[in-house]
Amino acid sequence: MKSKINNNIERIIALSEELRWQIGDDFHDNLAESIYADASKIVEDAVIKDNEKAKFRLDAKIDKIVTSKIWGFPIMLFILGIVLWLTIIGANYPSAMLASVLLDTFLPILKNTGEALGFPWWLSGFLFDGVYLAVAWVIAVMLPPMAIFFPLFTLLEDFGYLPRVAFNMDSLFKKSGAHGKQALTMSMGFGCNAAGVIATRIIDSPRERLIAIITNNFSLCNGRWPTQILLATIFIGAVVPESYSSFASLSAVIGIAVLGIFFMFFFSWALSKTVLKGEVSTFNLELPPYRPPVFWKTIYTSLIDRTIIVLWRAIVFAAPAGAVIWLISNIYVGNESIASWTIHSLDGFGFLLGLNGVILLAYIVAIPANEIVIPTILMLTVMVTGIHGGVGEGVMFELDSVTATAAILKAGGWTLLTAINVMLFSLLHNPCSTTIYTIYKETNSLKWTVIASVLPVVAGFIVTFLVAQIWRILIG
Amino acid sequence: MENKPKSACETCSHFNAEGLKKLGVRTVDFDFVIALAGNPNTGKSTVFNALTGLRQHTGNWPGKTVARAEGAFEYNNQKYKLVDLPGTYSLLSTSEDEEVARDFILFGKPTVTVIVVDASRLERNLNLVLQILEITNNAVLCLNLMDEAKRNHITIDTRILAKDLGIPVVPTSARFQEGIPELIQTISELANGKIQCKPHKIKSIPKNIEKSVQELSTAIEKEYPNISNSRWIAFRLLEGDTQIIEALRTGKIANNEI
Repeated sequence: MKSKINNNIERIIALSEELRWQIGDDFHDNLAESIYADASKIVEDAVIKDNEKAKFRLDAKIDKIVTSKIWGFPIMLFILGIVLWLTIIGANYPSAMLASVLLDTFLPILKNTGEALGFPWWLSGFLFDGVYLAVAWVIAVMLPPMAIFFPLFTLLEDFGYLPRVAFNMDSLFKKSGAHGKQALTMSMGFGCNAAGVIATRIIDSPRERLIAIITNNFSLCNGRWPTQILLATIFIGAVVPESYSSFASLSAVIGIAVLGIFFMFFFSWALSKTVLKGEVSTFNLELPPYRPPVFWKTIYTSLIDRTIIVLWRAIVFAAPAGAVIWLISNIYVGNESIASWTIHSLDGFGFLLGLNGVILLAYIVAIPANEIVIPTILMLTVMVTGIHGGVGEGVMFELDSVTATAAILKAGGWTLLTAINVMLFSLLHNPCSTTIYTIYKETNSLKWTVIASVLPVVAGFIVTFLVAQIWRILIG
Repeated sequence: MENKPKSACETCSHFNAEGLKKLGVRTVDFDFVIALAGNPNTGKSTVFNALTGLRQHTGNWPGKTVARAEGAFEYNNQKYKLVDLPGTYSLLSTSEDEEVARDFILFGKPTVTVIVVDASRLERNLNLVLQILEITNNAVLCLNLMDEAKRNHITIDTRILAKDLGIPVVPTSARFQEGIPELIQTISELANGKIQCKPHKIKSIPKNIEKSVQELSTAIEKEYPNISNSRWIAFRLLEGDTQIIEALRTGKIANNEI
């Protein structure tokens, strides 16, 4: 029975091949033309367009400006600048408030409760100085900038600005041998690299898609924006007179983001010239109409769906990370804790890169989520360098403002060079574990996953090393 | 007795609370599968959210949905599973997002396919609509973004459009919840066989090609008498679509019989 059906099917397929020969190669075009002909006939009957009134198209006028050769890029930077400026200005106050509630009020209460219940020191240390502190820090440091940045970004996305960004960058991508749609996946990467990697499915050619996947990590993701903003505010803003400080920190963050885009082009170009050689495919990019965002709904959903989800993810990873940090800081081998031993052995390499052992260890601990890098650095700095602001074994001190964070970092030996290099390294290091896993799922290839993970770290080592050496020669 | 939602209530979030239950991601035990297809950036995800109460990420750029999202709603005690497909301009090429959409319409056996189109760009959108109507018989046209069409001074005669396409047409502005009750009602009537579609088949095909298509689709129908889209399969075979040839060989196509 089965073989009979198979025979019949083979006959159908053979027939189709024969007919295909008869009608020639024009079939695809002919079919497409027929569809268009039918479509236009239907529209002719059913659609009435008032051309007189439709003449004035606001969309087209706006597009002429925002995608113009002269104004396109300045407007892009300007919009990015406004979003970041609002984030920097707006995040400081809630940050201070959250820190004072979570760290100054709740932490002592928890510790006292632990004492009252007769917790041994290691349990209370593990739970409160480890797990709780890491979570509290993530919330205080990360939540405010995210709660401002996400909704603003979503508003832009809803308005329809992203395709214009893609349009502006298309020719640059083409020049670097990549697909123009990579501009869209790049923009998604500015939200989340894992999402950006999934978004590369819109790119048809496997070669160009791989390039887009490998280089997506050069889009500063939302786990890294707050790091950039915080460090720029503390260190870059402090270099210039106060009235210019927010402008200076703003420019620094934009500079890092633009540098990321530059690296994306550079590596796209390098890949397409070496291991991923091939033709650039063309495509049509539709510029959708601008749509006034449904303001409050957008704010609400982006707060609930993006901010809370990302924050939750950060907390989920911060809690065990806090536990690990506490453990490695409190388990001693000889007279040295594991953490301090690791940090000291990494210090030499860290110095070469203009970083330090704490930072390198923090980046290892924080592989699951970039969001916890700064909290991890703070905790490690406090625990290992022994800055004690409070009582006994604890890690109590105030973190009720950006200045307090600055104080810890400076006590940990940070200089302007350290800050700049951490900003650079935050841009140029391995993707978070979620993104790595996503890359593996999308490429189904261990080789490309490893390349996508290692390439940015190597770039980061090279760049920070060069910056550190040049800095030390020129500035000392 | 059926609860037909009244359009006077449609701006209220509880508009048809009696008949409609948004089930979010609870997609087990459904009676019908509904596919949501359409060009990129026509508001499929917004329609999806309006029907399921989910908050699938929406954004104003083409290509935002790349995988398919699933949700569910209940209407008049019947459960509908809704599948939001990636937006595509056509089903004739082979990028991954197009394949997801095409495979689902072809092999996922949706009871009803909701084709979401941008009312202000109807002609361009019809390209996909006409292709989908070659594949499936049970479809409704969701004429979305009516607010934008109005702003651009475009008027559409939905009755003529419905007659030409041979499927029901429902004008909506999903962002403002307008037309959603009517869409639900139409989906339910289609799913329960109360509306019969007579979808448009592509006409303006050159004679020699039409003859080949006829010959091939007759042969396919002889092999699979119950197949509903032999013409479309004939198109694909003439194009040399290896995937469809493979699906024909493995009998996957046959599962598509109604």
